[in-house]
Amino acid sequence: MTASDPIVRIDGVVKRFGAFEALKGVDLTIRRGERVVVCGPSGSGKSTLIRCINRLEEADGGRIVVDGIELGDDVRAIRAVRRRTAMVFQSFNLFPHLTVLENLTFAPVSVLGMPRAEAEARAMKYLELVHIAEHALAYPGRLSGGQQQRVAIARALAIEPEILLFDEPTSALDPEMIKEVLDVIVDLARQERTMIVVTHEMGFARAVADRVIFMDAGRIVEEGPPATFFANPRHERTRLFLSQILEH
Amino acid sequence: MAAWLKRNFFSSPLSTALTVALVALAVWLGPRLVDWALVGAVFRTADPEDCRKATGACWAVIAEKHRVMLFGTYPYDQHWRGLVAVALIFAMMLASTVRAFWSWRLLLAWVAAMAAALALQFGGFLGLPHVPTTRWGGLPLTMLLFLGTVAGGVPLAIVLALGRRSDLPAIRMLSIGYIETIRGVPLVNVLFMASLMIPLFLPEGVNFDKLLRAQVGMILFFAAYAAEVVRGGLQAVPRGQYEAADSLGASTWDRTVRIVLPQALRIVIPPLVNDIIRAFKNTSLLLIIGLFDVLGGTMAALEDPNWSRFYAEAYLFVAAIYFVVCFSMSQYSQRLETSLARGRNF
Ligand SMILES: Nc1ncnc2c1ncn2[C@@H]1O[C@H](COP(=O)(O)OP(=O)(O)O)[C@@H](O)[C@H]1O
Ligand SMILES: [Mg+2]
Repeated sequence: MTASDPIVRIDGVVKRFGAFEALKGVDLTIRRGERVVVCGPSGSGKSTLIRCINRLEEADGGRIVVDGIELGDDVRAIRAVRRRTAMVFQSFNLFPHLTVLENLTFAPVSVLGMPRAEAEARAMKYLELVHIAEHALAYPGRLSGGQQQRVAIARALAIEPEILLFDEPTSALDPEMIKEVLDVIVDLARQERTMIVVTHEMGFARAVADRVIFMDAGRIVEEGPPATFFANPRHERTRLFLSQILEH
Repeated sequence: MAAWLKRNFFSSPLSTALTVALVALAVWLGPRLVDWALVGAVFRTADPEDCRKATGACWAVIAEKHRVMLFGTYPYDQHWRGLVAVALIFAMMLASTVRAFWSWRLLLAWVAAMAAALALQFGGFLGLPHVPTTRWGGLPLTMLLFLGTVAGGVPLAIVLALGRRSDLPAIRMLSIGYIETIRGVPLVNVLFMASLMIPLFLPEGVNFDKLLRAQVGMILFFAAYAAEVVRGGLQAVPRGQYEAADSLGASTWDRTVRIVLPQALRIVIPPLVNDIIRAFKNTSLLLIIGLFDVLGGTMAALEDPNWSRFYAEAYLFVAAIYFVVCFSMSQYSQRLETSLARGRNF
């Protein structure tokens, strides 16, 4: 396997909600180890696109191949893809009835069939990675937003996925907590993991992205390495979006 | 003090009027109640004549008739078996209120206790004479049927609630059809159908115990209502919980059993306890199909012409039993709710 071998292939993907077309034919190939930032105005289809990659949304047209597995109706293929991907949600979605530790061991034990002791050792390793091991036995409701999102990141890491998907991981956070979460994501990005991050944090994109993708109205309008993307956006819509987002 | 009085009892003309009326009622009723229940009451006598001459309540009817009221038509010299069974059940209920005991061991203990209680009632071993279910009665019958209804009804309700939300149309239609049909029929009707109609559909010679038929009827009825309660809980679990479980590759089973159901059931504890309390009171309808639960036992006891005029005292006693059990359950559910909310913060 080389660094250029594609881990996600999206060809002409269309997604409709009723009569509304949220994705109007999206093509995207992502290399193993590539760090991609997806941005674009609200409602442009960013969430829908990354949710198609782990089949939280079912595409209505086109093909999606993840790590060599084509997504279709085959439930085993879907679960295989979900074992290779993990998602961090805007609203954390931690399991409130389980402790932090149990949140992390749930999937390794019940999905990967790992013995509990081993799963707990692994969980502690990732909790330490996101600097929250001291809260392992707390319930998520007791933690701050920033702490909860770090737990959610550790939970995603605990299935040791090939691809990490982030859907606006800092948008629901109070401003003073954004940094602690971004720092964790930056650390992960430095480890050459494949990650697709939907975010409006352009500083983050500049610092770690290999490629920035701009979406508007269900299409990918423009993409490129951050240097050229930010310095010379080719499309009027990209320029408008960047001027709005960089203003504040 | 004066301000407090004014705020709570005399805040408006209507409130003042109500306060005055209630105080007047209490002044008028209070002494009469004390007179009847205590001063003029007869607490112990074997002779109903003593009661007839008295001006107050005849609590002696309870002392005289409590065996039939509490154990129905069960053989008199074997009543201790019912007493042990009931004591066992109440002990288990008490133990279950202690959170520290909550584990699969408690579940095993319950299964063992229920088996022991049933075995005691049946007899036919270790020199205990066999007692057919047709002679079971009173509080042991009430408690066994009640627990059987909850033990069978809650799991069935969960299955029905999940079925109602299933992606498979056949399962969904079946669940909806079942729930709506049963909810459209009174319990008395279900019990009659269970006791009279089920035998019609069974092959000749297959004898399906009447008590068991009543138990099945109670479970089916309870589950239809409880299923709607559980469904409400399932709906209250946010989509994000499903998505988080799915995104980690969880199977539908793991997602349901480990993530969604625990949250849904915690949400519905109060309304579910409501249904459970109703199920407890509904056991009294068994007397309609000829089973002698506590209430049935009391009616049987009052058939003695010497004592039948003291029905009010007897029914008050039964009411007190029902009240103590129901009130304890409702208090416990409230305590549980707050302690769960405190511990888990959601
Ligand atoms: N479940 C849904 N049902 C109907 N419309 C939806 C649904 N999810 C998303 N949409 C619509 O699809 C469009 C794209 O949504 P989304 O991918 O969430 O946008 P973004 O993440 O870029 O803000 C929006 O117009 C949104 O209203
Ligand atoms: Mg979005």
